[in-house]
Amino acid sequence: MVKKRVIPCLDVAGGRVVKGVNFVDLREMGEPIDLATRYSELGADELVFLDITATLEGRGPILGLIERAAAELTIPFTVGGGVTGLDDARSLLRAGADKVAINRAAFDDPSILTALADEFGSQAVVCAIDARAGEVVTHAGKTPRGRDAVDWAVEAVQRGAGELLVTSIDADGTREGYDLPLTRAVAAAVEVPVIASGGAGEARHLAEAFEVGAEAAIIASIVHERPERLPELKIELKEMGWNVRT
Amino acid sequence: MRVVLADYGAGNLRSVASAFARAGAEITITVDPAEVREAPLAVIAGVGHVESAARGLRMHGLDAAIRDRVTAGRPVLGICVGMQLLFGASDEGGSGMEILGGSVSRVQAARVPHMGWNTLEITQPGELVQGLDGEDVYFAHSYAVEPTDDAVVVAVADHGGRIVAAVQQGAVAGVQFHPERSALAGARILENALAWSKSA
Repeated sequence: MVKKRVIPCLDVAGGRVVKGVNFVDLREMGEPIDLATRYSELGADELVFLDITATLEGRGPILGLIERAAAELTIPFTVGGGVTGLDDARSLLRAGADKVAINRAAFDDPSILTALADEFGSQAVVCAIDARAGEVVTHAGKTPRGRDAVDWAVEAVQRGAGELLVTSIDADGTREGYDLPLTRAVAAAVEVPVIASGGAGEARHLAEAFEVGAEAAIIASIVHERPERLPELKIELKEMGWNVRT
Repeated sequence: MRVVLADYGAGNLRSVASAFARAGAEITITVDPAEVREAPLAVIAGVGHVESAARGLRMHGLDAAIRDRVTAGRPVLGICVGMQLLFGASDEGGSGMEILGGSVSRVQAARVPHMGWNTLEITQPGELVQGLDGEDVYFAHSYAVEPTDDAVVVAVADHGGRIVAAVQQGAVAGVQFHPERSALAGARILENALAWSKSA
């Protein structure tokens, strides 16, 4: 059986990892690739690099970082953030990203998902969906789009997405657990794997996300604070009976 | 050991090239059929559809170079779509090189694509999969090969049924998963592949 995945997400701005409000000294975190390599050694199943400022600032994606990551990492990684359209997404995949996560650009023009799936295979195409109270939001949660997140999830898969990264803006950063009704509804509505995102605080939260149908769960601040938390989480999940890679 | 990666336009080959370099290979990415024909080990990697991949190979004359290798008994390793290209017709459309007998079908499981780490079960001894029974490797695919002759299967995984994870017959081998993204187990496979092509 395929194992449930635990995926650290590295939010990158200006080439540095920025997620985690409790970081006092960013230099101690190292560069994204160093941190990524550390997570890989500690048992991360894959990684997500999210260029969090890209859409707001209109800045293009971080191709140099991807080329290095492709050469140096030995686990899969997804790149998202700043994907403005088909050419942008294509350049990320051509630079060596295993998967590209597309959010607003796909919502605005779903044919992008189809074009990428045709060229790279749907396994390389992740549709990132941010939701607040079940409604799709874009631009880092600032713009409500008036569409039900589950409804959009179903269309995104029909269009070619091979995986969905579903983030609850309500839960993000709370450490009080994932948005389980949202995760459950999306996972039940589609055939592709669903990655739950936003709200991880402890192993129990990941277990809950798996329980409602997520194949994978994103963690961020809890491991950025203390990377050794990662193998501990995997062991705790295993002890709870989940099929994880340890 | 010199390894050529056939560059037929099916995505970025940097990850595979780097993984082989870490395993100690001297790697060349090339579209030159002569290089693909002659190197001690030729690797077909890439992403996307069998149909466009097969077209890419033909366009560069690389399918003929690979057939020549097979005839001469020189090792060929296919990775992911590269493994599917060793077989025949695909549900996805198009056909591979029919070097091995069988077809490519859509994965039948509750979740497709088959995405993530899954455990290898070695079904018969083979140089390629030596030491890998019970190891986890990373899969990312919606289609899988169905060989007509089970004797070519050396490893399987379980995802809504049996997934053929690795095949080997003579100088021809393939893996459905991604060794370049499978941490230490993946590195082991590539080291095995190098040792295998030395002895072939």
